[in-house]
Amino acid sequence: MRKASQPKQLMILVPAFNEEGAIAGVIREVNQVMPQVPVLVVDDCSSDDTVHRARAAGGDVLQLPHHLGLGGCVQAGYKLAHELGYEFVIRVDGDGQHDPKYIPALLDMLQKTGCQMVIGSRFYQNNGAHTSTVRAIGIWVFRMVLRPILGKPVHDPTSGFVGVNKETLLVFTRSFPLEYPEIEALVVLQRKRFRFEEVPVQMRKRKTGRSTITAVKSLYYIIHVLLGVFVNILKFEGRRRKKSPEGKK
Amino acid sequence: MDRLLNVMTVLSLVLMVAVLFSVRRSHIRVEYSVSWLGAGLILLGLSRSPGALYWIAGKLGLADPPLALLILVFCVFLVVIYRLSVVISDLKDANIAMAQRVAILEFQLQSLNEKR
Repeated sequence: MRKASQPKQLMILVPAFNEEGAIAGVIREVNQVMPQVPVLVVDDCSSDDTVHRARAAGGDVLQLPHHLGLGGCVQAGYKLAHELGYEFVIRVDGDGQHDPKYIPALLDMLQKTGCQMVIGSRFYQNNGAHTSTVRAIGIWVFRMVLRPILGKPVHDPTSGFVGVNKETLLVFTRSFPLEYPEIEALVVLQRKRFRFEEVPVQMRKRKTGRSTITAVKSLYYIIHVLLGVFVNILKFEGRRRKKSPEGKK
Repeated sequence: MDRLLNVMTVLSLVLMVAVLFSVRRSHIRVEYSVSWLGAGLILLGLSRSPGALYWIAGKLGLADPPLALLILVFCVFLVVIYRLSVVISDLKDANIAMAQRVAILEFQLQSLNEKR
């Protein structure tokens, strides 16, 4: 019987697309840190052996019928977790960049503070993180833009190492950005007056593959995300309520 | 001017005939053919009404009526393309929701089978 099909408190969500080289290691590491916690790999229609390796390593696999991109992939996992009644979901990327040893700290923050979202932050409390110059400029721009919108500073707005509680799960099942979701998701939550906290983490280099955000795509990324942020601020909620809530960005 | 209007008349007729054939062959659904047929009718009407073009050019402050025609053609197609963008966005949202639903149902079904 699948572990993830049983209602429990915490689920680890691992979005994966062609991560055959790293996915098994990620699942094993998570299982070492959190032995009883189900790991749900959401496979975004990988063309490699990701699904089989994830299953062999003990993970549950939610297989998307076609490629949806990161946002659609993560949202599918959130929807399943919500339907199964999970209280908390922590997202760990399938490329091995997120060290599972920080999962207890993220969960602890969610439970103790009652905040709706917690971000594993590379730059919080000066924990010595370094990133490429282009990405650092992008992160600085996003920090400046988000500061007045969120009403508090966010040190690592592009981090995908995030934990959410049940309230946020419900919101994200109805509205979740499709591309580059991390930053826009913060704005979605701000509109609900939800709180977020940051936990200092150190991230590792990806074990295999390459980042989806290359230098060439960086400018497009910045423009796309900024546009998405402003669209989310201006979004008219009334129209969405009239329609089916499923999958609306 | 007359030659341009004649060309526009032919083009609008070709557009409407092509759309009607596409509807007949089920390449375009009826509801989406309305935008194109409307665009074709507007262009046909304008190309057969030089007086209207002169009046519009005067209102827009344009000395050259063919320029008014080109601007109107541009505006008509802008509206059609905008409408199609709305349709595509709705379809993409529906497609994503359906793909996620299929995946979740498949997952639940496998879980049930494993329980048996």
